[in-house]
Amino acid sequence: MQTNSLTKPLTKNMGPENVATSLDSYRANGGYRGLRKALRMAPADIVTTVKDGGLRGRGGAGFNTGLKWSFVPAGDDAPPVKYLVCNADEMEPGTFKDRLLMERDPHLLIEGMIIAAYAIGAHTAYIFIRGEYHLATARLENAIAEARQQKLLGSNIDGSDFSLEIHLHRSSGNYICGEETALLNALEGKRALPRAKPPFPQVSGLWGKPTVVNNVETLCNIPHLVDLGIDWYKNLGRGEDAGSKIFGVSGRVRNPGAWELPMGTPIRQIIEHHAGGLCDGLKLKGFLPGGGSTDFLGPQHLDLPMDYDTIGKAGSRMGTGTIIVVDDRTCPVGLVLNLSRFFARESCGWCTPCRDGLPWVVQILQRIERGHGLPEDLELLREQAQRMGPGNTFCALAPGAAAPILSGLDLFEQDFIDHIARGCCPYVVEPEVLEAV
Amino acid sequence: MNSFSETEVLSEIKAVEVMEQSNTPPGNTDTELSEEEKREIDSEFSRYEDRASVGLEALRIVQKHRGWVSDESLQAVSDYLEIPPAQLESVATYFQLIFRQPVGREVMLLCKSASCWIMGCSRLQVHIRNRLQIAPGQTSEDGIFTLLETPCLGDCDKAPVMLVGEQVHHNITEKSIDKWIEQKIIQHKTTDADQLPD
Repeated sequence: MQTNSLTKPLTKNMGPENVATSLDSYRANGGYRGLRKALRMAPADIVTTVKDGGLRGRGGAGFNTGLKWSFVPAGDDAPPVKYLVCNADEMEPGTFKDRLLMERDPHLLIEGMIIAAYAIGAHTAYIFIRGEYHLATARLENAIAEARQQKLLGSNIDGSDFSLEIHLHRSSGNYICGEETALLNALEGKRALPRAKPPFPQVSGLWGKPTVVNNVETLCNIPHLVDLGIDWYKNLGRGEDAGSKIFGVSGRVRNPGAWELPMGTPIRQIIEHHAGGLCDGLKLKGFLPGGGSTDFLGPQHLDLPMDYDTIGKAGSRMGTGTIIVVDDRTCPVGLVLNLSRFFARESCGWCTPCRDGLPWVVQILQRIERGHGLPEDLELLREQAQRMGPGNTFCALAPGAAAPILSGLDLFEQDFIDHIARGCCPYVVEPEVLEAV
Repeated sequence: MNSFSETEVLSEIKAVEVMEQSNTPPGNTDTELSEEEKREIDSEFSRYEDRASVGLEALRIVQKHRGWVSDESLQAVSDYLEIPPAQLESVATYFQLIFRQPVGREVMLLCKSASCWIMGCSRLQVHIRNRLQIAPGQTSEDGIFTLLETPCLGDCDKAPVMLVGEQVHHNITEKSIDKWIEQKIIQHKTTDADQLPD
């Protein structure tokens, strides 16, 4: 194998920030080689490769991608029409990895989508992209046109008998569209409420047809996994999980940003080495490992590797792998309030624990943050958040909203108690700002 | 949400009145789609399985031409797609980027998600409120600026951020917001003056 020393398959083509790779330069760097190889394989073998390669969904849930594909009916009895949908509705607070991939190397996503569609037998695919991502939309539009012109999309792709069209669907806001069944309703031109599962989209999805919904970063992993093989892919990871991942850090650090690193990279290395550590005079109080709907972890967790299962065992989720750092001058109560307000606003209103529970949570948190909290509020808050836990709602929004509340109450307990005991927010916040939030 | 002071409520009423008076673009009471609007909607049909699925796309197209989606515009789209207006309305009211009220010429999406909050976006919202007298959901008296809330804008390493039109403003400060507001006021006043009849 020629390039099995490749360690950064997701970002290797990325040049300066203001340019995207063209089809020519993408090809010159080995692009669409994975597709050529894939088109000579049986679709079922691609599914097996992706499954055995251990690629796990990069949208946050971490489900084995090949396994997800394997639930799509295949063979002669299978429904003739199937769909592939790329979830590019990146809105998780603190997450900025898919935008990077789409803006800087759009052909990687397109190649991944063609291979995925071939593997599951879909001839129509959609990229469901949020309406606010103007630059990514423009660059994808351009890349799709380039690919069509060079017969990488359309009929008889690259001389094979496989055909595929990719459509770009621009959405118009709303966090819940990132939930795959809500996304499918939105694509069908309906109000984006999540659907009951089962049936799962792989059996009955878009317009009732078998559908696979994959995240942008997940699909970007496919071309190299198929091209360079399972062993190479597994060796990319440092720990239990295979492949590389785009990790990011935001908050008060010296060098906020995103970097492609091996799965299993220790959190400390990401925050201290890549993000340059906290800004002068600040100390780490805690962090959200993978976006706003993950549980807070503390300084004692810094040496954990960023692996799905390791972070899970520590009581959180790796989520999107983009870390939000909480420094010791940021009020944790205010941050939990900020997150809860976000989830309350973005709730679709379908399930009672979410629709009614979140505004209650916001009111309690607001009361504590403004210094009017009562000692019994902490238990009340915990109870309310527990009611939003898994199993009580159609989708994962409410459990996701409960995660930072419950973990915040544990990790920052003293801060909550201080707010109530002192009758004010002990952090330096101007009263006017406090009222406006 | 429910703790607005009296002055805030009054300024909100005033802002809404101003929007209603000055901001209705001509043509928005049309219950017919223009030929151009129809052409653009038609070109979407081949990409979806049925007409109803084009709903959101059609609303986006109409909003692009008319600035916002009035009741009449909604009815026109509903007639054209042959779907009940209530069904289309349930979509129109769901998505934050579909405007069912007139908006200003500069729609400011100020990101207030966790990373931007840590980096001080609340102070910036207070600054915008003091400067333009608008809270989220409101339009300034001159009809130029509308402030809206948004899910995370996905530029967290450059927080705080604000999206206006297609332009993302990174690492914004009170100073950079002021500078941008000044520029926009001059730009729109100049354009308006140019359009006055001799």
